[in-house]
Amino acid sequence: MTGPGGRSGEITIVAPGPFATVQDLGRPGLAHLGITRSGAVDRHSLRLANRLVGNLPGAAAIEVAYGGLIVRFGHPGMIAVTGAPCPLELAGHQIGMYAPVDVQAGTLLHVGVPAQGVRTYLGIRGGVDVPAVLGSRSRDTLAGIGPEPLVAGARLPLGREMSDPPTVDLAPQARYVDQPELRVLAGPRADWFGAAALADLCAKVYEVTTDSDRVGVRLRGPAIPRRITTELPSEAVVAGGIQIPPSGQPVIFLADHPVTGGYPVLGVVAAADLPLAAQCRPGQRLRFRPARGLVNSRPDD
Amino acid sequence: MRILPCGGEALLVEVANLREVEELYGRLRRDTPPGVTDLVPAARTILVAFDPAATGPARLRALLQEATAGLDATADSDPTADPVITAAKVAPPTVIIPVRYDGPDLGDLARLTGLTPAQIIQRHLRGRHRVAFCGFAPGFAYISGLDPSLRVPRRDSPRTRVPAGAIAIADEFTGVYPRASPGGWHLIGRTDLTVFDLTRDPPALLMPGTAVRFIAADAAGAVPA
Repeated sequence: MTGPGGRSGEITIVAPGPFATVQDLGRPGLAHLGITRSGAVDRHSLRLANRLVGNLPGAAAIEVAYGGLIVRFGHPGMIAVTGAPCPLELAGHQIGMYAPVDVQAGTLLHVGVPAQGVRTYLGIRGGVDVPAVLGSRSRDTLAGIGPEPLVAGARLPLGREMSDPPTVDLAPQARYVDQPELRVLAGPRADWFGAAALADLCAKVYEVTTDSDRVGVRLRGPAIPRRITTELPSEAVVAGGIQIPPSGQPVIFLADHPVTGGYPVLGVVAAADLPLAAQCRPGQRLRFRPARGLVNSRPDD
Repeated sequence: MRILPCGGEALLVEVANLREVEELYGRLRRDTPPGVTDLVPAARTILVAFDPAATGPARLRALLQEATAGLDATADSDPTADPVITAAKVAPPTVIIPVRYDGPDLGDLARLTGLTPAQIIQRHLRGRHRVAFCGFAPGFAYISGLDPSLRVPRRDSPRTRVPAGAIAIADEFTGVYPRASPGGWHLIGRTDLTVFDLTRDPPALLMPGTAVRFIAADAAGAVPA
C-alpha cells in the first residue's frame, strides 16, 4: 500500500463520467449553523465499500452517478465497488462488484454504466485523502461546501483511514427491484393534509422525475392536496422527509437537503430505506408503505 | 406546545412564537437530554434529532415536556422587550457588526414604512438583536429584535445575486448575507465583517443565541471613534 516516501499513494481521474464526487459520512451536528449533513446518499453502500477494503467507516470514497468513471492507480492498492451494479474492467479484465480486489500500480479501472440504480461507490483502501472541510470530505452540492466535483486530470491522494486487513471476500448484496417500496413514518405536518393523506400516499404509485439529484428525489403522481393552506414558517427538515410543495407532488429529501424548508412534511422515509430511494432512477416507479406500528402516531398536545 | 413526530430519529417541538423558541433552545442547550444528537431551532420549532440506539421517542417526549414547563409564563409576548436572558448563558459574546447604510432598498423601504431613510437606519441601529436561528444558506442567521416599524414582507421579485456582507431585512428579521447568493430581502447596507469562514472553528460568527449589535461605519468601513 505504502508508496515511496511513506505516502499511501494517489489515484488520477482519467474521466469522471456524468457526475462524480468524493463522499464520506458527512458533517453531522452543524445544522444549527445552516450546514446540512451531506455525505453519501447511499450510506449503506459507502459503509460496505469501506468494510470490504478494511477502512474505517468514515473513510472517503468516490460516489459515481450513472457510471462512466475511469481511474488510474499510481500505486498498488486495494479497491471494492458497491452500490448500483456496473460492469467493471481492471487492466482489461472484468472484475466483480461487492468484493475486495488487489490493484497493481499503473492500471486503469473502467466503471461502466449501471443497468439498475444510480450511484456506485469506489472504495479504496486508506480512503481518499483530500482536505476535510468542517470535519468531512463530502461535497455538499447545494451549499457548495467540500471538495469540488471530480474532473478529468484530478489527482486524489490516498490516506490511512484503515483498520485491520479486510477479512470479507464477498458481501451479499440485495437485488435492485424495479418498483421499490419505501417504509414511511409519520411526519410533523401530517395534520396539514386530509386525515387519509398518508394512506393515500401509500396507496398510489409515484414516478421519479429527471430533476432528482443529491438534494432530493422528486416524484410525479397523484397530487396530495393540503387541508391547511396558510404559509408554514420555515422549520428544520430531516433526510428522508417527504415534503409536499404547492404542486402536491412529493419530494424525498436526500443527503444535501436544505437545513430548513417552508413546505409541510407529510411523512419520513425510514432511515434504513433511504439508500433505496437514493438509487431510484428517473422514470422508475416506487411506492410507500406504512412502517408498522408507527404510521398511526399522531401529533400530541 | 406540541411535540410532533418526525420519522424514527427526530421529534419536532412546536411552540407559540420566536421568543419561546429562543427560551426553549437555551434551556435545551444548557441541559440536553441524553441521546440527543442535534438541536435545530427555527421560527416556531426546534428539531430534536436523536440516536435511536441511545434513547427513544417516548422517553424523549417526557423530557421535552419537562423542559417546556412554564415556557408560556417566562417567554414575553412583547416582541420589543429584551430578549430572554437564559439563552445568553450559553451564548458567545456579543458580535458587533459595522454597517455602511447605503443599501439600494432604503428608498423602497421608506415608501413601505412611511419613515425616512435616516429613521430606518436609526431604528435598525438601536434594535436589541439576537440570532434566533440559521438557515437558507450556511451561516445565514435570522436575527430577531427588529424594530416592529421596519417589518415588511420580502421583495416581490428576489435578486439573482446579493453580494456577500449585504445587510438586509424582511418580516421580523434582519440578516447578513454570508456570501454572494440569490436573495429576496431588502438591502439596507453592507459590512466588511466575514460572518462565515469555512477555515474557522466554528465557521459561523452568528450562531443561535448570539447577541448582535449593529454600529454605523463610514464609507471607508471605519467606525467613528
